Amino acid sequence: METFLHQIMAGIATGGIYASLALALVMIYQSTHHINFAQGEIAMFATYLAWSLINAGVSYWIAFFSTLVLSFLLGALIQRIIIKPVERAPVLNVVVVFIGLLVILNSLAGWIFSYTIKPFPSPFPKEPPFGWSIISSHELGSIGVTLVLLVLLFLFFRFTTLGLAMRAAAQNPDSSRLVGIRVSRMLALGWGMAAMIGSIAGMMIAPVVFLEPNMMSGVLLYAFAAALVGGIDSPLGAVIGGFIVGILENVLGAYLIGTELKLSVALVLIVSVLTFKPAGLFGKNLVTRV
Amino acid sequence: MNVLLTVKNMCAGYGQGHVIHDINMDIMEGSVTALLGSNGAGKTTTLRALTRMISMSGELHFNGQRIDTLATEEIVRLGVAHVPDGRGTFTGLTTEENLRLGAYSRNDKPSQQQDLEKMYGYFPKLRERKLQQAGTLSGGEQQMLAIARALMLRPRLLLLDEPSFGLAPLVVQEIFDIMRTVNQLEKVTILLVEQNAAMALNLADHAYLLETGRLVKSAAADVMKQDESIRRSYLGA
Amino acid sequence: MTQYSTGISNMQWVFGLVLAVTAVVLPFNLSNYHVFQMAMVLSYAIALVGLNILTGYSGQISLGHGAFLAIGAYTTAILIDKYDMHYALTIPLAALICFVAGFLFGLPALRLEGHYLALATFSLAVALPQLLKFKHLEEWTGGVQGIVIMKPESPLKEIMGLQINADRWMYFVSLFIAIVMFILARNILKGRVGRALIAIRDHPIAASSMGINTSLYKSLAFGVSALFTGVAGSLSALLISFVAPDSFNVFLSIILLVGMVIGGAATLSGALWGALFIQFIPNLADEISKAAPWAIYGVSMIAFMYLMPMGIAGALALLGKRLTRH
Repeated sequence: METFLHQIMAGIATGGIYASLALALVMIYQSTHHINFAQGEIAMFATYLAWSLINAGVSYWIAFFSTLVLSFLLGALIQRIIIKPVERAPVLNVVVVFIGLLVILNSLAGWIFSYTIKPFPSPFPKEPPFGWSIISSHELGSIGVTLVLLVLLFLFFRFTTLGLAMRAAAQNPDSSRLVGIRVSRMLALGWGMAAMIGSIAGMMIAPVVFLEPNMMSGVLLYAFAAALVGGIDSPLGAVIGGFIVGILENVLGAYLIGTELKLSVALVLIVSVLTFKPAGLFGKNLVTRV
Repeated sequence: MNVLLTVKNMCAGYGQGHVIHDINMDIMEGSVTALLGSNGAGKTTTLRALTRMISMSGELHFNGQRIDTLATEEIVRLGVAHVPDGRGTFTGLTTEENLRLGAYSRNDKPSQQQDLEKMYGYFPKLRERKLQQAGTLSGGEQQMLAIARALMLRPRLLLLDEPSFGLAPLVVQEIFDIMRTVNQLEKVTILLVEQNAAMALNLADHAYLLETGRLVKSAAADVMKQDESIRRSYLGA
Repeated sequence: MTQYSTGISNMQWVFGLVLAVTAVVLPFNLSNYHVFQMAMVLSYAIALVGLNILTGYSGQISLGHGAFLAIGAYTTAILIDKYDMHYALTIPLAALICFVAGFLFGLPALRLEGHYLALATFSLAVALPQLLKFKHLEEWTGGVQGIVIMKPESPLKEIMGLQINADRWMYFVSLFIAIVMFILARNILKGRVGRALIAIRDHPIAASSMGINTSLYKSLAFGVSALFTGVAGSLSALLISFVAPDSFNVFLSIILLVGMVIGGAATLSGALWGALFIQFIPNLADEISKAAPWAIYGVSMIAFMYLMPMGIAGALALLGKRLTRH
């Protein structure tokens, strides 16, 4: 029973990370109807930035918050310079640009930081909390960080004017312009925030999977699955989807299919949702059929 | 009286051809101007061109400033509110959120709260539905919401695209009464596109007639009302 | 996207002739390694024709074509390793299996448009190595270590005084197969089928109201595309003499995308340009750093989307039109 509980708790911890990344995906999808294939690599690159700061002697939390700022800027810049020119281009062109971005970030990380696996510190103690055996301090801490992030995001979007404007710009760009909202600025902001959220996911998972340029590809797959399960245009869905996928992955991996096939769970989820219920649990946007 | 908006030789369209040609208008400050014409004459296109929602050529001067090179949101920030055809409400947001967004570009938080109250005063139904999703409001309520949102800008110029469309006569009357109040009390200049020529001419000081994309008549509202051809084609008399 | 043109102009005849002569003469003047690389170019070119048929012509975005390379490669490897089949027989078998697999993939794909299909195929590409390492298939697939096969021997040791070693032999086999596949592709895409695919890509609703069975065409396109890529996979297994799960990672699928974009989607000559690009950039860039080739791929992909979305083939066609006008 204890190991089962542990699997659940571990699933919630990784689920929180998937939820964060899925949220970033949904944010960009909602405002642009593009799927950000490079979301994982942006998060990975941001984590490397954090690593550089820590390596240079900066304390963890200062590095953490500096990385948030840096990744925000990175995301906004990427939107302005690379994505904006192809905003209205055909789907294939857009997808190619996203994959190109993925490839550039991946190779840049390898070039600057080398491909050798590096350890990444966790700000949480090594000993399990309160002597519990079902969860590690890092897992508990991850869940805490995820929850704080989600609450802050909720408050931002629900109660601030800027958050309201961003929601409006995502839902209805034309009407937004008619109330004076600078829609393209909102898009850059959205990308900045998505990058920032991704960096948090990266910094939370790096201690577990170790830092190397390809560390996020599996995580990204789970985030896709989470976003689709929840509904690609529903932030709430992304969060719930994340936790569902996290728990499923761990439980299925431990008891049914073994750890080597875990990615296939994500693949099966993705293909099933797309085939049978493309709108997911909470989404409205249906895939158009011809 | 000042000229608030000058339109010189404006042409606009969607894609290849032009839908409207050589539009010249002078909108006086404080006036109500009606833009009349039948279906497909290009009235909506004209309004969209004025706020640069579609590409246009020609000159636009607002309050002495050249605006034909500005983006829509910049024109709005100068004080031009546009209630588009289809109303453009944010259906996924609440009524009150819609109203607050109307004041987005303003800097004066305290008076925004005052204006919100004023809007609820004009449109009590909206106060009732304050926390409801705007998409669940009836057609008439959404039209009121759209107008209220535009008024939250404290605009100098209000562009209205077919406010009476699809609404019951009583509701239309309510809306036109409010527009009269807004024009007379708050000194908001109004440019009104309407198929319902009779109601429009009752409210307006001046009117333009658009036929297949060109302005064919420009006259004071009273004069337009008496005009034989207008009465036959548009007033059903 | 360039429109597919019917008929062959004089320029193209000349170009083709020069190409043909070069192709035959070249291997005798290059080292074995370079000959191997030329053969790999041909294999990639066949794969790119496959991807072009699906994504370029019929507009279905696939970020997971590495899967068909894997099926083709593993089919050949297993048939040779476990059943001692002659390598030449494995290729048509791989083609058939891939056609069926592709057609089956194509059925659920019918309901997915643009981004969603890209997402589904991308997910397949990411999960592929893990799938190939599946414990219960290890007996056949060789698990993590994969399967090693012997490079086919050349049946003639020399011809007209020129030595034909194993590398040169496989090069000519690849050349033969490539020519056959290109002719096959041209015949499939010429005329009604090609036009139907492009109609489906650009105006799907109009196409179906004109009576074109879009579902059938799209699924067939998937199948044919998989067939071509499977043949390429088969060939690459013979050339490299080795198949292993980690070679079939997401970057393999991405490299096919790069080749298609650089070469020019919806063209046949683009497949050749793309193949040359993806095979030789690492050669030139490896000196700088291990990461450099991919940085170049990434930058090229984006740059081409901004500046030359029709790829090299498209740009050349445009140039050709301008020159012939004067």
